[in-house]
Order: sequence, then structure tokens, then C-alpha cells
Amino acid sequence: MTALAPETDHRVIGQPLRRREDPALLTGEARFLADLQVPGTLHLALVRSPYAHARIRSIDLAPALQTPGVVAAFTGADLRGEWAGPLPCGWPVTPDMKQPAHLPLAAEVAHFAGDAVAVVVAESEYAAHDGAEAVVVDWEPLPAVVDLEDAAKDQTLVHPDLGTNVCYTWQLEPDAAAVDRAFAEAAHTVSARFRQQRLIPSPMEPRGVLVVPQPFGGDFTVYSATQVPHILRVMLALTVGVPETSLRVVAPSVGGGFGSKLNVYAEEALALALARRLRRPVRWVEERSEHAVSTIQGRGQIQEIELAATAKGKVTAVRVRLLADMGAYLQLVTPGIPLLGAFLYAGVYDVPAYSFSCTALFTTLPPTDAYRGAGRPEATYAIERAMDLLAKKVGVGPEEIRRRNYIPADKFPYSSVAGLVYDSGDYAAALERCLERAGYAELRAEQARRRERGDRRQLGIGLSSYFEMCGLAPSRVLASLNYTAGGWEAATVRVLPTGKVQVVTGTAPHGQGHETCWAMIAADRLGVAPEDVEVLHSDTAVAPYGLDTYGSRSLAVGGSAIAVACDRVIEKARRIAAHQLEAAEEDVELVAGSFRVRGTPERQMPLAQVAFEAFTAHNLPEGLEPNLEASSHYDPTNFTFPFGTHLCVVELDTETGKVELVRYVAVDDCGVQVNPMIVEGQVHGGIVQGAAQALFEEASYDQDGTLRSASLLDYLVPSAAEVPSIETDHTVTPSPVNPLGVKGVGEAGTIGAAPAVMNAVLDALAPYGVEDLPMPATPERVWRAIHAGAAGSASAQGGSPA
Amino acid sequence: MQVSLRVNGEERRHDVEPRLLLVHYLRDVCGLTGTNIGCDTSSCGACTVLVDGESVKSCTMLAVQADGREVTTIEGLADGERLHPVQEAFREHHGLQCGYCTPGMVMAAVSLLNEHPHPTEAEVREGLEGNLCRCTGYHNIVKAVLAAAEAGASQPVGAAR
Repeated sequence: MTALAPETDHRVIGQPLRRREDPALLTGEARFLADLQVPGTLHLALVRSPYAHARIRSIDLAPALQTPGVVAAFTGADLRGEWAGPLPCGWPVTPDMKQPAHLPLAAEVAHFAGDAVAVVVAESEYAAHDGAEAVVVDWEPLPAVVDLEDAAKDQTLVHPDLGTNVCYTWQLEPDAAAVDRAFAEAAHTVSARFRQQRLIPSPMEPRGVLVVPQPFGGDFTVYSATQVPHILRVMLALTVGVPETSLRVVAPSVGGGFGSKLNVYAEEALALALARRLRRPVRWVEERSEHAVSTIQGRGQIQEIELAATAKGKVTAVRVRLLADMGAYLQLVTPGIPLLGAFLYAGVYDVPAYSFSCTALFTTLPPTDAYRGAGRPEATYAIERAMDLLAKKVGVGPEEIRRRNYIPADKFPYSSVAGLVYDSGDYAAALERCLERAGYAELRAEQARRRERGDRRQLGIGLSSYFEMCGLAPSRVLASLNYTAGGWEAATVRVLPTGKVQVVTGTAPHGQGHETCWAMIAADRLGVAPEDVEVLHSDTAVAPYGLDTYGSRSLAVGGSAIAVACDRVIEKARRIAAHQLEAAEEDVELVAGSFRVRGTPERQMPLAQVAFEAFTAHNLPEGLEPNLEASSHYDPTNFTFPFGTHLCVVELDTETGKVELVRYVAVDDCGVQVNPMIVEGQVHGGIVQGAAQALFEEASYDQDGTLRSASLLDYLVPSAAEVPSIETDHTVTPSPVNPLGVKGVGEAGTIGAAPAVMNAVLDALAPYGVEDLPMPATPERVWRAIHAGAAGSASAQGGSPA
Repeated sequence: MQVSLRVNGEERRHDVEPRLLLVHYLRDVCGLTGTNIGCDTSSCGACTVLVDGESVKSCTMLAVQADGREVTTIEGLADGERLHPVQEAFREHHGLQCGYCTPGMVMAAVSLLNEHPHPTEAEVREGLEGNLCRCTGYHNIVKAVLAAAEAGASQPVGAAR
């Protein structure tokens, strides 16, 4: 445990400072990947399989090569010699996990609709696409494996050489007898089955990569719209066989990621290999409809959850069985996603017995991987839906069942039955604040009035109390889960001769505002103005160490690294100041950016002056090296556990089945807030993304494995017209595990929202006897549920609730 | 084909392929990369620009169709160092995160406020329906547009200045 930073008279942390990132983004000056122009660049276009599963009989590249502007074209077989290794999977969760061969171009069999089988290289983007259109592939279609339960039967194998569709099975059951006993003795049990539909991440900027050979600073500079420039550098070295020292990876302005850019993709490896082979800059920019079929997808699980409870509704055991869809191949962390939720299915509740098992399966669909929340939204959805079902059985409201089960605030740090230690929390406080903000009693009264008068527009009120595991991650914990890397983050802090400060971070922002927030942390720590702090990132030549941005880790781990590096700079500066002020080191303190001798405040030396002395090195303490610079490679001691309660109000049109979000109240606790304006923005965006899973979005496949929602015309990313303004509030429970007391907030909204919205929809449908509905709750599904659920009830005729 | 138009007040004359989209013309021929491309079905609005003062998704129009017209892109919105009031409001109210939808969203908002100088929240939401944002949940975008309206941001842009 680390003590929180002492309060000083110069708090920058906690101020809603405007973002320094904004002027360039608001004026079009920011450079995204597709904006980078290098003379002589060649453009790639991929030929992709239209079939979910098909053997390549032959590929005729000749028509492409005759297309004007086309320079070259290659099949998977042509490029086989380019690869030093497969596309990487960094999380082999079990020693016996099955891992299919995965090269950037499939050479014999395409395993999902979108799997790339040939690449065309041309002088322009238009010519590359013309060339790709001209390639003729002779396909032999093979049977698709789309449904998870079908996959489990092993009748059709996605990868016959593996002998099974089961990628791995993984179990967490600390005390099986205790679980059995709890169910045997239960007064109430709940048993439910939920489907987590596949989601298409859809950041507004699609993916893209530009590889420039022989530039300044390395043999290849790889510009990629990526969340993970550092991971990408290591992995491309291994896959393409370019020495790591010959690779510089730069993430320019990146237009959102949500996990989809936390990966190492075929196109990135292809662009590097072809730049090496053709000795010219090579660029590929993803089209939106390509994103739908070639980028990783989120979720894709079937969840069975059972609760055992006492007569009063106190949960005594949680048992979960998952089927998890890996898709056709294992991308960077595909197998690990279910494990990120595996420990969390008991939610925010004090549950003594726990059992979790997961069977991961291959299908002939695009690979799944991290998507905003990654395993945690799925876990939260299952337990929060199940808690509502339990409330009904016990005969109490959803707020009351939660009150009866929360881990009490005085039990933190709390050792969970699944083996985690939750850092801090006050779950009941967040619930009560949320109910009060929402005017819960009045909402229930309005709902009752509408039910009574048989209003066409019924009200539904949904709650969800979520928490999540952030601050990925203590490296030793990752080792115990067979993750192949660590979870630390790096920072270097320099005070330059003029007193300006440079912060170098290993995080890789793509919308989160790290430049603003990291400057705030350093300014706060060092007692300088935030505008005097420069933040450098996302370029491996500038920031050689880093583990990048995902899983709400950047602040808790990367921010902490900056705080520690600042403290080291201060310690060195203190020695210099003490030497020059002729005082004992322990008598010298940093106050508002100036070192002072305790008791004689007129004897002081501003940090900038110390930095200049450190730079000239004319008069330093004996043995001390020049300059003010320090680094930290911060490895967290534990995860952090942000939490909160969300309340959603929907109006459900019983005649059309349309669900309208009318209010959304969110009380979140992410520990100390560095910049509350940015925290709120993360919450807003997260909530809409979670609500979109509940109401709008689904990567919908037909039985042949063809995507039915391949464009933004069919895949319903919500617009401003579909969502309300969001009422946010917060509590602050600092985390004791890091020097800033922070927890992370990037995924909170998404994790809390889907169950809150679905609980609201099902609350509205309760009078119709509807207990569950698959996501997304489309008007058609809602309408059908009303009519099926009410089939036996007298009120069915009028369409009004019983 | 010959195309001749004004972009951000500057005369442009080029020989272009007939199939060249306006957005590609602006980005690749004029070098104005502030206008972003977010989809291939005219769904996302990232490429919204003003043509004769009205918002147009520049992927729905061929460069040759802009012949003789006045186009304003995000690069032409600020007055030198001074941001346009809508840009300023987006910054003040944190109406952007990754910033990729932002140029299109700002141009759509400028056009909206020109048509409805004092919109309600519902009108702002309906008015921006054609522009998708994945980061902000729209909350702060709507707040920014309402604040810009309050500050009197509506002023003709890109129409014969």
C-alpha cells in the first residue's frame, strides 16, 4: 500500500482543464493515418473470402496484374517465405490450448468470410481496388460453423488438424462441495441463460498502416492506427523477421479503438513484408465494410448462470458455465477475454461459494478479442440480470435485493471467493445516491399509474450495480494466468534547462486525453504549470518502453509511473537545492514549485533554477550526475476496482415494440478524478456504447456464416437522435493500491449500461410475463415477446398490461 | 474532366477522373486532409463539408458535381487563429475525444445553426442524426451546439463571403 500524495496548495489534479489535444483536432490539423502522404507510396487492397469456410482451388492473379496501375499481386503461397512466425497470440490460457496456424494470407483454406487470401499492390488506392476486384479465385465451399452449440458438438471441424473445435476449457472452482451444498440448501435458485451477441467495434477511424523503408531513425518506420505501438513493434519483429532495432512504430492521431486496435493484424504484417520486398513505402487503409469482416469482434458468448439464495434473498453461491466464441483464429488476446470476466461473476456481492467454467470454441467467424470492457461487461450483464430475476423470486424490488447482498464498505480490502482482493469500495452509497438522483419512488409511482391505465407507452426502470477489474496488471498475476507479457508501464520525466518539463509515457492514447491529464499529474507533483509540461508518446523512438493503452489501465498504471518518476526527479532536485542553499536535505521541501528551507522560507530555489544548475553541472553535490531526469517502470501491486450504480428509464411502445431511452442516471466511482470533465466524457460515451449492445447492435450472421450487418446502414451504431442526455454523478473512494488513488474509467459506462438498459426493458415487459429477451431488444423482438408472453392472458387483446 | 471551384475561398482548377469523389478530391488533390472518411455507405458523416453554405457528405458527391461551387472544409472555418464559435464551444464543452468525427460533426453543426439559430435539444439531436460519433455518447456534442447557439454562433459560412 502506498500513501496518497499529500494535499498541497497547488492542486492541478481535480480541475476540469480543457484539453490541449483539441485545437489540432478541431481545425483539421491533426494527422490520422490516412492523412500521411509519402511520395512513391504503394497501396494495398486485399482479396477476401466471400465464404465462411472454403478451400482455395486456385487463384488467378493475371487479370489483376493487367489492371492499369497495379504493380504486383501475391497469394498466400507466394508470401509464405516472408514470415518468421505466425500472427501472434499472446495469451495461451492453458498449456494444452489448441492454436490453429495463422499467417497473414490464408493459402489453402479460408476460415471466415473476410479472411484474406491475396493482396494487390498498386500505384493508387483506386487502382489497388480495381486490381483486387479482378482477381479470380476458384472456391470450393465447405460447411460453416456458426452456432456455438453446434461447434461444441464437433460434427464439423473448423480446423480438422486440431481434431476438435474446443480451443480450451478453463475452470475456477475453489470449493466445489461448498457450491453443491449452497444449492442443496437454497430457498431460492435462479437459472438463466444469456446470449452475448457479437459486436463490431466500429471506432470512427478505421484501421490503417503505412510502412516507410529506410527513413531516418530505423530501417522501417511503421505508422499504424493502433492502440499498441510498443506491442506491435515486438510482435512484427517476431512475425516478419525484422530485427526489433530496425523497426520504429509510430501511432499518429488515432481515431478511437475500443479494443479493436489492440491487436497485431495481417495487414500490418503484410505492409511491412511488402515494403521490405518491394523497397517502397506501402500503405493500406481499411474500408468500413472491410472493418465489419476483417477486424476483431467483441463478446460472442453463451452464458449459463445459476444463483443459490436464502429465503431473504441473500446469495450463497454463483455457478457459471460459458461457451466462448473464439472465431476462426486466435488474435493477440482472444483466448484471455473470457478470463478477464471469470473472476467477476459474483459481482459486487458478498458471495461465499463460486464456480466458473469456460469452454472456448472455434467457429468459422472472424476472431473475437478485446472490445470495450472485454469479459467484464459480459460478467456484469449475467449477474445483474440474474439479480433482477432473484428479486422477483424473493418478492422484493431490484434495489432491495442489491442492498441485501452488497459487500459492506467496512469489509475492504475484500478477499473475494474467486481469489481477488478488491481494493476499496462503497457500493451501497453509490446505489442510494443514484436512487435519490433519479427520484426512484416517483418513477415507480409513474410506472404504476401507466400500468393501471393501460398506457400504450409503458415505463421500465432498470438498475445495475457494476464493478470492474482495471489497472492491468500486476505482472505476477498475469504470469499465473499464462499471459506472455507483463503489466507494468513506463514513464520518464525530465526538467529541461529552462524549467520546462518533458513527460515521456508508454501509454498510447487514441481519444482519452492523456496529453492533458499526464501534464496535470506532473504539474501537480512538481508544482509547475500544466502548460509547461510537454507529453511525448506513441513513438517507439521517443518512448522506447511501454505496454500501451487498453483495459482502463493507462491512468492507474501509466499515470502512477509518471507520479513515481516525478517523485524521483524531486528527490534528486532536493539534493541539489540543499547543496546550493547550504541546508540539510531533510530540511528542504518542495512548495509550489520551489525548494525552501523549512523555517526560513526566504531561502528558496525554484525547480527551474535547480534544473539549470543540474544542466550546467557547475556546482552539484559530490558524486551526483548532471541533469534532472528520472524514469519509472511501474508494476502495480494489485488491480483497481472502479464501481457504480446506473439507473435507466425506458418508454416502451407496446404497439410497435419500440424502446426509447428517456433517462439515464449514472453514479460512478473511479477513485480520485484527475480531470472530471474527461471522466464524465468517458462515462457518457461508455454508456451509449453499452446501451447500443442492449438495443441496437449485432453482428448478425446467417447459417452460412455470411454477415448480414456489414455496413453502417445495417449495423446500428446509435446517432444523437437515439440517446438522451445523461445524468452523471459520482462518489470518490480512493484506491489504496497506487500513488494517485485512481482506478480507471474508460470502460465503466459500457460495463454498467447494457444490464441497466435490459433490466429496464424487461421491467417494462414484466406485466406481460416476459422474463428474458435476447440483445439487442429490437422493436420486432419486443413486439413478438409482448404477443407471445401475453398469449394466454386476457389483456392480450387490447395490448395493455395485465 | 476539368473542374473549377472555390475551396475555402481559394480558386481551384484541376483535371480529374470523372469517378473521383469530392472527399478524395479535397483530401488527395487539394491536400485538405481535415475532412475524414469513416465509412463507404454515406452513413457516418465524418466527411461533411459545406457546399454553397449547406452541409453535404462529401462522399456522396463527385468532384465534378462541385464544379462552379463554393466548398468550405474544416480548414476554412476558423478565422486565422480565432476558432469559429462552434469549434470553440466543442472545446469548451469537451465535445470531442478521438476527434475523428469532429470535423464533420462541426460542419454539420455549423450548417444546423445556420438553418435553426436557436434549436431545442431535440432539434439538435435530430439535426445531427447523420453524423456518428463513437466516443462522446453525443452528450457533450449536444451541449456544445446548444451553447454555441446561445452565444449566437449562427453566421453564414462558405456562402459568398
